[in-house]
Amino acid sequence: MLRQAQHISQDNAVEAVDLVKDFGETRAVDGVSLAVPTGSIYGLLGPNGAGKTTVLRMLLGIIDPSSGSRCVLGRERPLDAAPEIGYLPEERGLYPAMHARDAIAFMGALRGLPLREARRRAETLLDEHSLGEWAKKPIRTLSKGMAQTVQLLGTIIHKPRLIVLDEPFSGLDAINQARLEELIRSEARAGATVIFSTHVIAHAERLCERIAIVAKGKVVFDGSVAEARGRLRPIVRLRTRAEDGPWRSAIPAGARREGSDLVFELPEGGPEPLLKALIDGGAGIEALSIERPGLHDAFVAIAGEAAAAAMARPGPVE
Amino acid sequence: MMRFIRSAWVIARRDFTATVLSKSFIFFLIAPLLPLAFGGVFGSISARVTTRIARPVVAVIAPKADFDRLDRARTQLAEGISDDALVKIVSYSPEPDLAAQQRQLLASRDPPVRAVLSGDLDHPRIVGALAADDATIAQLKLLIATARAGKSETLIDIPVTASSDMSGSIVRDRELTAVFAQLFLFFITLLLAGMVLSQLIEEKSNKVIEVIAAAIPIDAMFVGKLIAMLSASVVGIVVWVSAGALFVELAKTGGVQSLPPPAVGWPAFLILGVIYFSTNYLLIGSVFMMIGSQATTSREVQTLSLPATFGQFFIFWLASKSIGAVDSPEGLAAAVFPLSSPMTMIARAAERPELWPHLVAILWQILWVAVILRAGASLFRKTVLKSGPRTRWRWRSARA
Repeated sequence: MLRQAQHISQDNAVEAVDLVKDFGETRAVDGVSLAVPTGSIYGLLGPNGAGKTTVLRMLLGIIDPSSGSRCVLGRERPLDAAPEIGYLPEERGLYPAMHARDAIAFMGALRGLPLREARRRAETLLDEHSLGEWAKKPIRTLSKGMAQTVQLLGTIIHKPRLIVLDEPFSGLDAINQARLEELIRSEARAGATVIFSTHVIAHAERLCERIAIVAKGKVVFDGSVAEARGRLRPIVRLRTRAEDGPWRSAIPAGARREGSDLVFELPEGGPEPLLKALIDGGAGIEALSIERPGLHDAFVAIAGEAAAAAMARPGPVE
Repeated sequence: MMRFIRSAWVIARRDFTATVLSKSFIFFLIAPLLPLAFGGVFGSISARVTTRIARPVVAVIAPKADFDRLDRARTQLAEGISDDALVKIVSYSPEPDLAAQQRQLLASRDPPVRAVLSGDLDHPRIVGALAADDATIAQLKLLIATARAGKSETLIDIPVTASSDMSGSIVRDRELTAVFAQLFLFFITLLLAGMVLSQLIEEKSNKVIEVIAAAIPIDAMFVGKLIAMLSASVVGIVVWVSAGALFVELAKTGGVQSLPPPAVGWPAFLILGVIYFSTNYLLIGSVFMMIGSQATTSREVQTLSLPATFGQFFIFWLASKSIGAVDSPEGLAAAVFPLSSPMTMIARAAERPELWPHLVAILWQILWVAVILRAGASLFRKTVLKSGPRTRWRWRSARA
């Protein structure tokens, strides 16, 4: 159920109420409301073009909403909270001629760190991430993965209370994705609130406590991952020796056949009445499993098949 | 406010360092010197002709016999000294009202009369604005001495009466100073505005802009970028002015001190020059930044910067209308119109001695810098980081 952020709450790092953004005749974001609990890892899920980046940009104050309000770390004007926010945009950007250390320090200085302190922290961070020897090398000489790590370190150099990552996993190989996941978890453990957008459900499933599903500029779900899954009934996968018989009356009408298996939602009554009906009806159970639906299934159910299909393919920058 | 200043400082420091420490800055420094060098080589002949025609002259009010002696003396001296280096003399027959004739001649701009020599060769008198021109007085003494005795050893003292500063030659010199000052401001600003535009586009293309826009107010970024380029250009100006002064010192008789002083004097003129360069650059630069913020590709920049450059030429043309006519309606309009105001006012500083109009103009220009920067930042935030499809032009929508 959509959680409405009607007033500023100290429990929430970010609250948005009815955000709308129009670009000319195009409505990119249409009445988005969400609340991000302090200290949580919050995922913004949706296919490319759903409006995730626009929502994040409005939350950060990069662009103003056409209507609606937002409150970030207790401030009505997000830029007032900028020194406490770290932001990694979807389109990564660094000065190619700048040294890695200076690039990180520059991002720290932008967030209010004195340059000397920013350089010191940048060196420490680079050492911690095995990039110490690249500290004084120009960005243009770094690999793409290294450059992305440098930008990520620049995002957290000032120890922000709120970290906003727009599609942080895109372009990273599996090893770097795992490192990034660990980094996100460690920042959350240290007390930071992390919001990230993604169109890869698996990342959200592994990391997030709460998610918002965005489709066509609207938030169609805002809640915990468990709540999202809870929207679907468990799935029963059944294989029987008997093709027909009285047991068939226990199978819901929407059941489908996948090979020799029947797949259907667990009926309202639960597993016991189903099992009894199958046994008493002479189904001859060969195999039966009851599966908890994944976030992907929940996403399909909530956002629709088309949105789920769009999640899998690359699209235009939002 | 402190955060704004600190943010602008972070941007300015980064941009300044990146600009001044880059290899391309060397080319930036020598770029304006190359046209001068070429101009110096290829323009030397025409410049010499121009010098002959337009060089200030000393009007000699004397009987024909006395003038002929002076002219012969000049020809004699020209055998030893270059003719170009010698003061040019023009003969005028004495009229009954000498004072009126002197005033009339000093007001002449064709030829530009710097001084009037009258009296006979034993009791010569000079009227004119020669207080700072010892070289001309010395030459006149030498000429008279040569004309009197055929020898240059017998120098006599010549009483010099300072005349109004608005003699024809002075007016002409000041107009020339105004023209050069306007040209300098125009070309340097043209160069720098293009550079700041390119930087902004580069920043947009390498996507750093979004990191910056999320961290600091866009106004602070605009100000920081402008200040960085202004500071880098000050480095350039110091180099260029020093090189120019060195060139004049080596190439011109009398060196830098022989340059005709502007109406407000050299110290005030140079200070005003720096201020007007800054305001001119900030005004034009912020307009270019505003334009640059609307463009997303270098092709769009080229398309947008072409009319902007034409606009700069129009502004230059408007400002140039004030030369020799600072109080005319065109001159006043050019001084009031914010974008032409700095170039108009530097011309005024060359031609008119009053300082108070400059204080008013500087405050007016600063106000407009703030207005344009605010407008630019606002437009930038509205359009440059927008998502979704691009807004179509209205006429195109209407046709569709």
